[in-house]
Amino acid sequence: MDLTARKLLTIVTEAALEDMLVRDIEALGARGYTITDARGKGGQGKRDATWAPHANIRVEVICDADTSLAICTALRDRYSDDFSMVMHIGDVDVLRPQKF
Amino acid sequence: MPNIEPVVLFFLLGAFAGFIRSDLRIPGVLYESLSIFLLLAIGLKGGVELARYPLLGVALPAAVVVLVSLLIPLLAYPVLRSIGKLSAADSGSIAAHYGSVSVVTFSVAVTYLARIGQATEGYLTVFLVLLEFPALVIGVLLARSGDRNAPWGRVLHEVFAGKSIVLLVGGLAIGWIAGPAGIAPLDLVFFDLFKGLLALFLLEMGLVASSRFADLRRAGAFLAGFAIIVPLLAASLGLVTGLWLGLSVGGTTLLATLYASASYIAAPAAMRIALPSANPALSIGAALGITFPFNLIVGIPLYFHAAQYLHPGKG
Repeated sequence: MDLTARKLLTIVTEAALEDMLVRDIEALGARGYTITDARGKGGQGKRDATWAPHANIRVEVICDADTSLAICTALRDRYSDDFSMVMHIGDVDVLRPQKF
Repeated sequence: MPNIEPVVLFFLLGAFAGFIRSDLRIPGVLYESLSIFLLLAIGLKGGVELARYPLLGVALPAAVVVLVSLLIPLLAYPVLRSIGKLSAADSGSIAAHYGSVSVVTFSVAVTYLARIGQATEGYLTVFLVLLEFPALVIGVLLARSGDRNAPWGRVLHEVFAGKSIVLLVGGLAIGWIAGPAGIAPLDLVFFDLFKGLLALFLLEMGLVASSRFADLRRAGAFLAGFAIIVPLLAASLGLVTGLWLGLSVGGTTLLATLYASASYIAAPAAMRIALPSANPALSIGAALGITFPFNLIVGIPLYFHAAQYLHPGKG
Protein backbone atom coordinates (compact mmCIF):
# COMPACT_ATOMS: atom_id res chain seq x y z
CA MET A 1 0.00 0.00 0.00
CA ASP A 2 1.33 3.45 -0.94
CA LEU A 3 1.46 5.78 2.02
CA THR A 4 2.49 9.43 1.87
CA ALA A 5 3.74 11.50 4.80
CA ARG A 6 1.65 14.48 5.88
CA LYS A 7 1.27 16.54 9.05
CA LEU A 8 -1.65 16.36 11.44
CA LEU A 9 -2.21 19.73 13.09
CA THR A 10 -4.46 19.61 16.16
CA ILE A 11 -5.86 22.76 17.76
CA VAL A 12 -7.79 22.65 21.04
CA THR A 13 -9.46 25.98 21.74
CA GLU A 14 -12.63 27.81 22.77
CA ALA A 15 -15.80 27.00 20.82
CA ALA A 16 -16.43 30.75 20.43
CA LEU A 17 -13.53 30.89 17.97
CA GLU A 18 -14.87 28.25 15.58
CA ASP A 19 -16.12 30.48 12.76
CA MET A 20 -13.03 32.67 12.71
CA LEU A 21 -10.67 29.72 12.98
CA VAL A 22 -12.25 27.87 10.08
CA ARG A 23 -12.00 30.97 7.91
CA ASP A 24 -8.32 31.41 8.79
CA ILE A 25 -7.45 27.75 8.25
CA GLU A 26 -9.04 27.68 4.81
CA ALA A 27 -7.47 31.00 3.83
CA LEU A 28 -4.05 29.62 4.76
CA GLY A 29 -4.35 26.71 2.38
CA ALA A 30 -5.91 23.79 4.26
CA ARG A 31 -8.18 21.69 2.06
CA GLY A 32 -10.36 20.47 4.89
CA TYR A 33 -10.68 19.99 8.64
CA THR A 34 -12.51 17.96 11.29
CA ILE A 35 -14.05 19.57 14.35
CA THR A 36 -15.16 17.73 17.49
CA ASP A 37 -16.54 19.02 20.78
CA ALA A 38 -14.04 18.78 23.57
CA ARG A 39 -13.69 19.44 27.27
CA GLY A 40 -10.79 19.38 29.66
CA LYS A 41 -8.53 21.39 31.88
CA GLY A 42 -5.53 23.59 31.18
CA GLY A 43 -3.91 26.91 31.91
CA GLN A 44 -7.30 28.68 31.80
CA GLY A 45 -8.87 26.31 34.30
CA LYS A 46 -11.49 23.64 33.78
CA ARG A 47 -13.54 23.98 30.61
CA ASP A 48 -16.33 21.49 31.16
CA ALA A 49 -18.63 22.34 28.21
CA THR A 50 -21.70 22.50 30.45
CA TRP A 51 -22.71 25.72 28.76
CA ALA A 52 -21.63 27.65 25.70
CA PRO A 53 -18.95 29.97 27.14
CA HIS A 54 -17.21 26.95 28.73
CA ALA A 55 -17.17 24.77 25.62
CA ASN A 56 -14.03 23.74 23.76
CA ILE A 57 -13.48 22.35 20.28
CA ARG A 58 -10.73 20.22 18.81
CA VAL A 59 -9.89 21.08 15.22
CA GLU A 60 -7.82 18.60 13.22
CA VAL A 61 -6.20 19.53 9.93
CA ILE A 62 -4.17 17.20 7.71
CA CYS A 63 -1.89 19.15 5.39
CA ASP A 64 1.72 19.48 4.23
CA ALA A 65 4.43 20.67 6.60
CA ASP A 66 4.58 24.24 5.28
CA THR A 67 0.84 24.78 5.58
CA SER A 68 0.75 23.35 9.09
CA LEU A 69 3.49 25.74 10.20
CA ALA A 70 1.83 28.70 8.49
CA ILE A 71 -1.47 27.95 10.23
CA CYS A 72 0.23 27.47 13.60
CA THR A 73 2.12 30.75 13.36
CA ALA A 74 -0.92 32.74 12.23
CA LEU A 75 -3.23 31.34 14.92
CA ARG A 76 -0.62 31.86 17.62
CA ASP A 77 -0.18 35.51 16.63
CA ARG A 78 -3.89 36.21 16.33
CA TYR A 79 -5.45 34.35 19.24
CA SER A 80 -3.14 32.75 21.77
CA ASP A 81 -2.80 35.91 23.92
CA ASP A 82 -6.52 36.16 24.60
CA PHE A 83 -7.95 32.67 24.14
CA SER A 84 -7.14 29.32 25.62
CA MET A 85 -5.44 27.46 22.81
CA VAL A 86 -3.22 24.40 22.50
CA MET A 87 -1.67 23.40 19.19
CA HIS A 88 0.47 20.45 18.26
CA ILE A 89 1.73 18.91 15.05
CA GLY A 90 2.32 15.23 14.48
CA ASP A 91 3.37 13.00 11.62
CA VAL A 92 0.76 10.90 9.86
CA ASP A 93 0.73 8.69 6.79
CA VAL A 94 -2.21 9.08 4.45
CA LEU A 95 -3.60 6.92 1.69
CA ARG A 96 -4.76 9.53 -0.79
CA PRO A 97 -2.31 12.47 -0.62
CA GLN A 98 -4.09 14.49 -3.29
CA LYS A 99 -6.88 15.17 -0.75
CA PHE A 100 -4.53 17.03 1.58
CA MET B 1 -41.45 30.98 52.43
CA PRO B 2 -44.80 31.58 50.82
CA ASN B 3 -43.60 34.42 48.63
CA ILE B 4 -40.72 32.70 46.86
CA GLU B 5 -41.34 31.83 43.26
CA PRO B 6 -41.23 28.01 42.92
CA VAL B 7 -39.00 28.03 39.80
CA VAL B 8 -36.36 29.87 41.85
CA LEU B 9 -36.16 26.80 44.11
CA PHE B 10 -34.87 24.83 41.11
CA PHE B 11 -32.06 27.36 40.77
CA LEU B 12 -31.22 26.89 44.45
CA LEU B 13 -31.25 23.11 43.99
CA GLY B 14 -28.81 23.42 41.08
CA ALA B 15 -26.54 25.70 43.11
CA PHE B 16 -26.70 23.30 46.07
CA ALA B 17 -25.84 20.34 43.82
CA GLY B 18 -22.85 22.32 42.55
CA PHE B 19 -21.65 23.14 46.05
CA ILE B 20 -21.75 19.56 47.29
CA ARG B 21 -19.99 18.48 44.04
CA SER B 22 -22.84 16.26 43.00
CA ASP B 23 -22.35 14.33 39.76
CA LEU B 24 -25.49 16.03 38.42
CA ARG B 25 -24.76 17.45 34.99
CA ILE B 26 -27.18 18.90 32.47
CA PRO B 27 -25.79 17.95 29.04
CA GLY B 28 -24.72 20.91 26.92
CA VAL B 29 -27.17 19.80 24.22
CA LEU B 30 -30.10 20.06 26.63
CA TYR B 31 -28.94 23.51 27.75
CA GLU B 32 -28.84 24.63 24.11
CA SER B 33 -32.29 23.12 23.42
CA LEU B 34 -33.82 24.72 26.49
CA SER B 35 -32.41 28.14 25.68
CA ILE B 36 -33.75 27.90 22.11
CA PHE B 37 -37.16 26.95 23.49
CA LEU B 38 -37.22 29.77 26.06
CA LEU B 39 -36.11 32.45 23.60
CA LEU B 40 -38.64 31.35 21.00
CA ALA B 41 -41.49 31.01 23.52
CA ILE B 42 -40.85 34.49 24.96
CA GLY B 43 -40.70 35.96 21.46
CA LEU B 44 -43.98 34.26 20.51
CA LYS B 45 -45.71 35.38 23.68
CA GLY B 46 -44.64 38.96 23.04
CA GLY B 47 -45.70 38.80 19.40
CA VAL B 48 -49.18 37.54 20.29
CA GLU B 49 -49.55 40.36 22.82
CA LEU B 50 -48.15 42.93 20.44
CA ALA B 51 -50.87 42.06 17.94
CA ARG B 52 -53.39 43.48 20.42
CA TYR B 53 -51.79 46.94 20.52
CA PRO B 54 -51.36 49.62 17.85
CA LEU B 55 -47.70 49.49 16.79
CA LEU B 56 -47.27 53.26 16.97
CA GLY B 57 -48.49 53.32 20.57
CA VAL B 58 -45.65 50.94 21.51
CA ALA B 59 -42.96 52.65 19.42
CA LEU B 60 -42.74 55.84 21.48
CA PRO B 61 -42.39 54.24 24.93
CA ALA B 62 -39.96 51.73 23.39
CA ALA B 63 -37.75 54.57 22.18
CA VAL B 64 -37.80 56.15 25.66
CA VAL B 65 -37.00 52.81 27.32
CA VAL B 66 -34.02 52.18 25.00
CA LEU B 67 -32.64 55.72 25.39
CA VAL B 68 -32.83 55.63 29.18
CA SER B 69 -31.21 52.16 29.23
CA LEU B 70 -28.10 53.57 27.56
CA LEU B 71 -27.36 55.39 30.81
CA ILE B 72 -26.52 52.06 32.48
CA PRO B 73 -23.39 51.14 30.46
CA LEU B 74 -22.41 54.81 30.07
CA LEU B 75 -22.41 55.31 33.85
CA ALA B 76 -21.07 51.86 34.74
CA TYR B 77 -18.01 52.16 32.49
CA PRO B 78 -16.31 55.13 34.25
CA VAL B 79 -17.04 53.54 37.64
CA LEU B 80 -15.40 50.27 36.56
CA ARG B 81 -12.43 52.18 35.13
CA SER B 82 -11.78 54.63 37.96
CA ILE B 83 -12.99 52.92 41.14
CA GLY B 84 -12.62 49.31 40.03
CA LYS B 85 -9.27 50.03 38.31
CA LEU B 86 -10.20 47.55 35.60
CA SER B 87 -8.78 47.59 32.07
CA ALA B 88 -10.70 49.26 29.25
CA ALA B 89 -11.64 45.88 27.77
CA ASP B 90 -12.87 44.46 31.08
CA SER B 91 -14.81 47.63 31.88
CA GLY B 92 -16.40 47.72 28.44
CA SER B 93 -17.34 44.06 28.63
CA ILE B 94 -18.85 44.30 32.13
CA ALA B 95 -20.69 47.52 31.19
CA ALA B 96 -22.12 45.70 28.16
CA HIS B 97 -23.25 42.72 30.26
CA TYR B 98 -25.05 45.01 32.72
CA GLY B 99 -26.52 47.28 30.07
CA SER B 100 -27.96 44.31 28.19
CA VAL B 101 -30.74 42.18 29.68
CA SER B 102 -31.30 38.65 30.94
CA VAL B 103 -34.10 36.77 29.24
CA VAL B 104 -34.34 34.25 32.06
CA THR B 105 -34.55 36.88 34.81
CA PHE B 106 -37.34 38.50 32.78
CA SER B 107 -39.11 35.12 32.46
CA VAL B 108 -38.92 34.51 36.19
CA ALA B 109 -40.39 37.99 36.82
CA VAL B 110 -43.22 37.19 34.37
CA THR B 111 -44.04 33.91 36.16
CA TYR B 112 -43.76 35.66 39.55
CA LEU B 113 -46.27 38.34 38.50
CA ALA B 114 -48.58 35.76 36.90
CA ARG B 115 -48.59 33.69 40.09
CA ILE B 116 -49.68 36.64 42.24
CA GLY B 117 -52.28 37.63 39.62
CA GLN B 118 -50.64 40.89 38.56
CA ALA B 119 -51.49 42.00 35.00
CA THR B 120 -48.71 43.32 32.76
CA GLU B 121 -48.53 44.99 29.39
CA GLY B 122 -47.70 42.13 27.04
CA TYR B 123 -45.58 44.35 24.83
CA LEU B 124 -42.86 44.49 27.50
CA THR B 125 -41.30 41.62 25.54
CA VAL B 126 -40.65 44.10 22.74
CA PHE B 127 -38.61 46.14 25.22
CA LEU B 128 -36.72 42.96 26.15
CA VAL B 129 -35.74 42.44 22.52
CA LEU B 130 -34.79 46.08 22.00
CA LEU B 131 -32.70 46.20 25.17
CA GLU B 132 -30.58 43.17 24.23
CA PHE B 133 -28.16 44.78 21.84
CA PRO B 134 -27.61 48.59 22.20
CA ALA B 135 -25.52 48.12 25.37
CA LEU B 136 -23.34 45.51 23.65
CA VAL B 137 -22.43 48.04 20.96
CA ILE B 138 -21.90 50.81 23.55
CA GLY B 139 -19.63 48.57 25.65
CA VAL B 140 -17.43 47.83 22.64
CA LEU B 141 -17.40 51.50 21.60
CA LEU B 142 -16.31 52.58 25.08
CA ALA B 143 -13.57 49.97 25.35
CA ARG B 144 -12.26 50.49 21.84
CA SER B 145 -12.52 54.28 21.60
CA GLY B 146 -9.93 55.46 19.10
CA ASP B 147 -9.21 51.94 17.89
CA ARG B 148 -9.72 51.91 14.13
CA ASN B 149 -8.96 48.22 13.84
CA ALA B 150 -11.97 47.04 15.83
CA PRO B 151 -13.54 44.10 13.97
CA TRP B 152 -16.90 45.84 13.63
CA GLY B 153 -18.23 43.57 10.91
CA ARG B 154 -17.69 40.51 13.07
CA VAL B 155 -18.97 42.24 16.21
CA LEU B 156 -22.20 43.39 14.60
CA HIS B 157 -22.67 39.97 13.02
CA GLU B 158 -22.19 38.32 16.42
CA VAL B 159 -24.74 40.67 18.01
CA PHE B 160 -27.45 40.68 15.36
CA ALA B 161 -27.04 37.16 13.98
CA GLY B 162 -26.63 35.71 17.49
CA LYS B 163 -29.29 33.16 18.39
CA SER B 164 -30.86 35.40 21.07
CA ILE B 165 -31.80 38.13 18.64
CA VAL B 166 -32.73 35.75 15.80
CA LEU B 167 -35.06 33.67 18.01
CA LEU B 168 -36.57 36.57 19.99
CA VAL B 169 -37.22 38.72 16.92
CA GLY B 170 -38.28 35.67 14.91
CA GLY B 171 -40.70 34.54 17.62
CA LEU B 172 -42.04 38.06 17.97
CA ALA B 173 -42.66 38.27 14.21
CA ILE B 174 -44.32 34.83 14.05
CA GLY B 175 -46.55 35.63 17.04
CA TRP B 176 -47.48 39.01 15.62
CA ILE B 177 -48.25 37.68 12.12
CA ALA B 178 -50.18 34.62 13.34
CA GLY B 179 -52.02 36.42 16.15
CA PRO B 180 -53.56 34.73 19.21
CA ALA B 181 -55.86 32.47 17.17
CA GLY B 182 -53.08 31.34 14.87
CA ILE B 183 -50.76 30.47 17.72
CA ALA B 184 -53.47 28.71 19.76
CA PRO B 185 -52.61 25.22 18.38
CA LEU B 186 -49.02 25.75 19.58
CA ASP B 187 -50.03 26.87 23.07
CA LEU B 188 -49.48 23.41 24.55
CA VAL B 189 -45.80 23.37 23.62
CA PHE B 190 -44.80 26.99 23.91
CA PHE B 191 -46.95 28.33 26.73
CA ASP B 192 -48.19 25.42 28.88
CA LEU B 193 -44.77 23.76 29.06
CA PHE B 194 -42.98 27.06 29.59
CA LYS B 195 -42.77 27.06 33.34
CA GLY B 196 -41.59 23.46 33.62
CA LEU B 197 -38.84 23.94 31.07
CA LEU B 198 -37.86 27.24 32.70
CA ALA B 199 -37.46 25.28 35.95
CA LEU B 200 -35.11 22.80 34.23
CA PHE B 201 -33.13 25.65 32.72
CA LEU B 202 -32.80 27.27 36.14
CA LEU B 203 -31.53 23.99 37.58
CA GLU B 204 -28.72 24.16 35.03
CA MET B 205 -28.08 27.86 35.73
CA GLY B 206 -27.77 27.03 39.44
CA LEU B 207 -25.08 24.46 38.60
CA VAL B 208 -23.22 26.92 36.38
CA ALA B 209 -23.55 29.81 38.86
CA SER B 210 -22.14 27.72 41.70
CA SER B 211 -19.08 26.96 39.57
CA ARG B 212 -18.54 30.71 39.06
CA PHE B 213 -17.99 31.57 42.71
CA ALA B 214 -14.30 30.71 42.49
CA ASP B 215 -13.90 33.35 39.77
CA LEU B 216 -15.53 35.90 42.01
CA ARG B 217 -13.03 35.39 44.76
CA ARG B 218 -10.42 36.48 42.25
CA ALA B 219 -12.51 39.48 41.18
CA GLY B 220 -12.65 40.84 44.70
CA ALA B 221 -14.91 42.99 46.81
CA PHE B 222 -15.34 45.80 44.31
CA LEU B 223 -16.99 43.63 41.68
CA ALA B 224 -19.14 41.85 44.27
CA GLY B 225 -20.47 45.23 45.46
CA PHE B 226 -20.88 46.41 41.88
CA ALA B 227 -22.97 43.32 41.06
CA ILE B 228 -25.51 44.24 43.76
CA ILE B 229 -25.49 48.05 43.74
CA VAL B 230 -25.73 48.48 39.97
CA PRO B 231 -28.89 46.33 39.67
CA LEU B 232 -30.51 48.31 42.48
CA LEU B 233 -29.70 51.65 40.85
CA ALA B 234 -30.72 50.38 37.42
CA ALA B 235 -33.99 49.04 38.86
CA SER B 236 -34.69 52.49 40.36
CA LEU B 237 -34.16 53.97 36.91
CA GLY B 238 -36.63 51.38 35.57
CA LEU B 239 -39.21 52.20 38.24
CA VAL B 240 -39.03 55.94 37.49
CA THR B 241 -39.19 55.36 33.72
CA GLY B 242 -42.08 52.88 34.06
CA LEU B 243 -44.11 55.26 36.22
CA TRP B 244 -43.36 58.18 33.90
CA LEU B 245 -44.55 56.15 30.91
CA GLY B 246 -47.72 55.26 32.80
CA LEU B 247 -47.09 51.50 32.89
CA SER B 248 -49.08 49.31 35.28
CA VAL B 249 -47.55 48.00 38.53
CA GLY B 250 -46.71 44.73 36.73
CA GLY B 251 -45.24 46.54 33.72
CA THR B 252 -43.16 48.81 35.94
CA THR B 253 -41.86 45.76 37.85
CA LEU B 254 -40.86 44.09 34.58
CA LEU B 255 -39.09 47.22 33.31
CA ALA B 256 -37.20 47.55 36.61
CA THR B 257 -36.24 43.86 36.34
CA LEU B 258 -35.04 44.34 32.75
CA TYR B 259 -32.84 47.31 33.69
CA ALA B 260 -31.53 45.49 36.77
CA SER B 261 -30.69 42.26 34.95
CA ALA B 262 -27.37 41.46 33.32
CA SER B 263 -27.07 39.41 30.15
CA TYR B 264 -25.35 36.05 30.18
CA ILE B 265 -26.48 34.45 26.93
CA ALA B 266 -25.98 37.14 24.27
CA ALA B 267 -23.32 39.26 25.98
CA PRO B 268 -20.65 36.62 26.77
CA ALA B 269 -20.66 35.33 23.18
CA ALA B 270 -20.53 38.80 21.66
CA MET B 271 -17.89 40.14 24.07
CA ARG B 272 -15.59 37.15 23.59
CA ILE B 273 -15.33 38.11 19.93
CA ALA B 274 -15.56 41.90 20.27
CA LEU B 275 -13.23 42.37 23.26
CA PRO B 276 -11.07 39.23 23.33
CA SER B 277 -8.65 40.64 25.91
CA ALA B 278 -11.47 41.08 28.46
CA ASN B 279 -11.46 38.33 31.06
CA PRO B 280 -14.81 36.50 30.75
CA ALA B 281 -14.47 35.17 34.30
CA LEU B 282 -15.02 38.70 35.68
CA SER B 283 -18.12 39.62 33.69
CA ILE B 284 -19.76 36.20 33.81
CA GLY B 285 -18.80 35.73 37.47
CA ALA B 286 -20.48 39.01 38.44
CA ALA B 287 -23.50 38.71 36.13
CA LEU B 288 -24.21 35.05 36.77
CA GLY B 289 -22.59 34.45 40.15
CA ILE B 290 -24.12 37.42 41.97
CA THR B 291 -26.53 39.58 39.99
CA PHE B 292 -28.64 36.76 38.60
CA PRO B 293 -29.31 35.02 41.95
CA PHE B 294 -29.73 38.41 43.65
CA ASN B 295 -32.42 39.45 41.17
CA LEU B 296 -34.14 36.06 41.37
CA ILE B 297 -34.32 35.85 45.14
CA VAL B 298 -34.33 39.47 46.39
CA GLY B 299 -34.64 41.77 43.38
CA ILE B 300 -37.89 40.77 41.70
CA PRO B 301 -40.07 40.80 44.87
CA LEU B 302 -38.35 44.04 45.93
CA TYR B 303 -38.99 45.75 42.57
CA PHE B 304 -42.61 44.61 42.69
CA HIS B 305 -43.19 46.03 46.17
CA ALA B 306 -41.45 49.28 45.20
CA ALA B 307 -43.58 49.56 42.05
CA GLN B 308 -46.70 48.87 44.09
CA TYR B 309 -45.73 51.48 46.67
CA LEU B 310 -44.84 54.17 44.14
CA HIS B 311 -47.68 53.57 41.71
CA PRO B 312 -50.29 56.33 41.80
CA GLY B 313 -53.13 53.82 41.39
CA LYS B 314 -51.56 51.53 44.04
CA GLY B 315 -52.93 48.79 41.76
